[in-house]
Amino acid sequence: MRKLIRFTSVMALGLSCTISIASAAERITVVSFGGAYTNAQKKGSHEPFMEKTGVQILSEDYNGGLGKLRAQVESGSVTWDVVDLETSDVIRACDEGLIDTIDVNDLEPGTDGSAAADDFMPTAVKKCGIGAIVWSTVFAYDKTKLATAPHSIADFFDTNKYPGKRGMKRSPKVNLEMALMADGVAATDVYKVLSTPEGQTRAFNKLAQIKDQLVWWKSGAQAPQLLADGEVVMTTAYNGRIYNAVKNESKSFVIVWDGQVMDIDYWAIPAGAPNKARAQEFLVFATAPEQLARQSKFISYGPPRKTAAAMVDESMKKHIPTAPVNLTNALAADAEFWADYEDELNERFTAWLAN
Amino acid sequence: MNEMVARTDTLNTLTADAREFEGKALRAQLARSTRLEKAKALLLVLPLLLFIGVMFIFPLADMMLRSTDNGPVAELMPDTAARLLDWDQFTLPDEATYAALARDIQTAQKERTLGKIATRLNFELSGIRSLLTKSARKLAQMESSDESWKQRLVQIDQRWGELATWSAIKRVLPSVTATFYLSSLDLAYDAKGEVVRKPPERAIYVDNFIKTFAISLGVTLSCFILGFPVAYLLSVLPTAKANLLMICVLLPFWTSLLVRTTSWIALLQTHGIVNDLLVWLGILSEGNRLDMMYNMFGTVVAMTHILLPFMILPLFSVMKSIDPSFMRAATSLGASPFTAFIRVYLPQTKPGIAAGSLLVFILAIGYYITPALVGGRTGQMISNFIAYHMQQSLNWGLAAALAVILLIIVLILYWLFNRIIGIDKLKLG
Repeated sequence: MRKLIRFTSVMALGLSCTISIASAAERITVVSFGGAYTNAQKKGSHEPFMEKTGVQILSEDYNGGLGKLRAQVESGSVTWDVVDLETSDVIRACDEGLIDTIDVNDLEPGTDGSAAADDFMPTAVKKCGIGAIVWSTVFAYDKTKLATAPHSIADFFDTNKYPGKRGMKRSPKVNLEMALMADGVAATDVYKVLSTPEGQTRAFNKLAQIKDQLVWWKSGAQAPQLLADGEVVMTTAYNGRIYNAVKNESKSFVIVWDGQVMDIDYWAIPAGAPNKARAQEFLVFATAPEQLARQSKFISYGPPRKTAAAMVDESMKKHIPTAPVNLTNALAADAEFWADYEDELNERFTAWLAN
Repeated sequence: MNEMVARTDTLNTLTADAREFEGKALRAQLARSTRLEKAKALLLVLPLLLFIGVMFIFPLADMMLRSTDNGPVAELMPDTAARLLDWDQFTLPDEATYAALARDIQTAQKERTLGKIATRLNFELSGIRSLLTKSARKLAQMESSDESWKQRLVQIDQRWGELATWSAIKRVLPSVTATFYLSSLDLAYDAKGEVVRKPPERAIYVDNFIKTFAISLGVTLSCFILGFPVAYLLSVLPTAKANLLMICVLLPFWTSLLVRTTSWIALLQTHGIVNDLLVWLGILSEGNRLDMMYNMFGTVVAMTHILLPFMILPLFSVMKSIDPSFMRAATSLGASPFTAFIRVYLPQTKPGIAAGSLLVFILAIGYYITPALVGGRTGQMISNFIAYHMQQSLNWGLAAALAVILLIIVLILYWLFNRIIGIDKLKLG
């Protein structure tokens, strides 16, 4: 018994030491999607921020969605300080009060002195989130394995002309848009069609044509892996992941930009973040033009503000989604649409998948 | 004489009293010392009890409550809630209710609680989320006019003129709900508030419960077929060889589950080792590679491999205790080896078979990570849907209801098992 007491007090002493050490060096937890993307963020923003302020950044990975964030906010034990969210999640989380509002006037101005509000793309500034990158879902193939090269989104759905399996993300988002574009709907009309029940059925029917041939991926890193394994002949993927596989792993993958669906990722601060002041400071730092431009050196996602886009390396310019050559048939994801329809389309997609 | 008897009686009573007194004191002493022991023992298990209470009982109870919890809409839309309390559900509500709704929506929009309302209502009636957000946007832009609130709202969206929308709102107002359990059983309320079956293209859970059950049975059966001979071999081999074999059984047990699952992907995928080998041997042509991964087959194979030790170990411990002379006796009495095996050996392994099957089945029925990785479209089990509703759709009520149903199924199975085989006969080694 005495030993137990001694043991407990030693433990307690140890614990209090750890706590005091932890509070000595300030630390914030920044959460993002991991892999090549987080590496680029580390080099672009985390490391310079740590150097400048002396604040430790603990980088954590997640797979998107609001599940964890909501669990933290509702239970009152928030451990995240800054989180990288997709557009529709920013809107939903803001509606539900899961993330704090951000004042655009607090942000760094453009390098030419223009106000942040004018420098950012209009869609990149939301009530509760500030754009970090423009990314895109494209489809890609391995040129050593396909005899004829596909070049349109319709080719992705054409299993007669290009037999073989296809990889797609296990989610209705983007897939339904691509299905409609492959079915002949113009990019500008996609969301108009998708708001109607007939349009939704049309998209699901188009997907159903290749249902037997589909392999589903969940995390961004899986898509290039499926392609590398020869498991699929074509797959949809985040453009940065394919770029990374080509550049750093010498794969012979080719991106087809036709029918790309562009989207923006945002930095946001959870309601009740443990170190809110530093979180705010990080957010302002990470969305400044210098950091956004530096980040684009390491991954082919574009900065969502004009003066940062101008600083992107010449060699990288043609690989980012917003390059003019890549925009011939491109769709900008409609966040409002997905914030409104996500639940019902998710439900329908899950049932469609299971049946 | 009489006096003598009386005196002895008194003496006897006295000694009896004394003995009883002594006994009481002894018992009290014993009780005191055991109480101390008991207190010490309790102190020792206290951390475990606390741990189980905090980490297991409490979350479980919380989860079970969530499955019937109706959510915060009644508090977030107080005016509408009050007006709808005595609404008859057969005709559209009156103008004052429409006005209350418009007020509540605008307040919720301002206080950033509209998302919470929309999320909960959308579980009740798909599509309400967009109706609410759209109405909030339009109401904010609307200028004051002479039109009634009813006209204005119906103008924004005609669904405000439908009974189904209003009865959905009324259903989320009481503090408890059956919606999540109904959804778990592919049922839903219709516009009149009656329980109906969901259309087949939206019904998924009943089929998936059956599939989960079938996969678990399949895994248990294949574990038994593969595990029984191995366990037998382990029990009859000389110690040195048996130990070596035992290490082979345990080695995968010590390897990470993720590693084992992903190595099955490397083996079985379309361009995996097995398919490559079959093509190289000329058994398959290049175009006809087998689909063994990302479907139910892949799930069963990988789960069987992972759960196999849970079958072999209890079987082995039972077989080890069976005296070989029984088999010798049976054959010397004229039984063929087959009869001796079926009638003498097999019945004695029953506790092991029961323990192994129960363990494997119950582990399999709640399996999550393996089907998530290799299940593809057709190999998904109910746990994957629970995870989906926890992480993606954020419908925690439905996730809780599915989990509670799964828990009840497991408890029923356990009860059946206890009735048929008896839990005291379990031998886990």
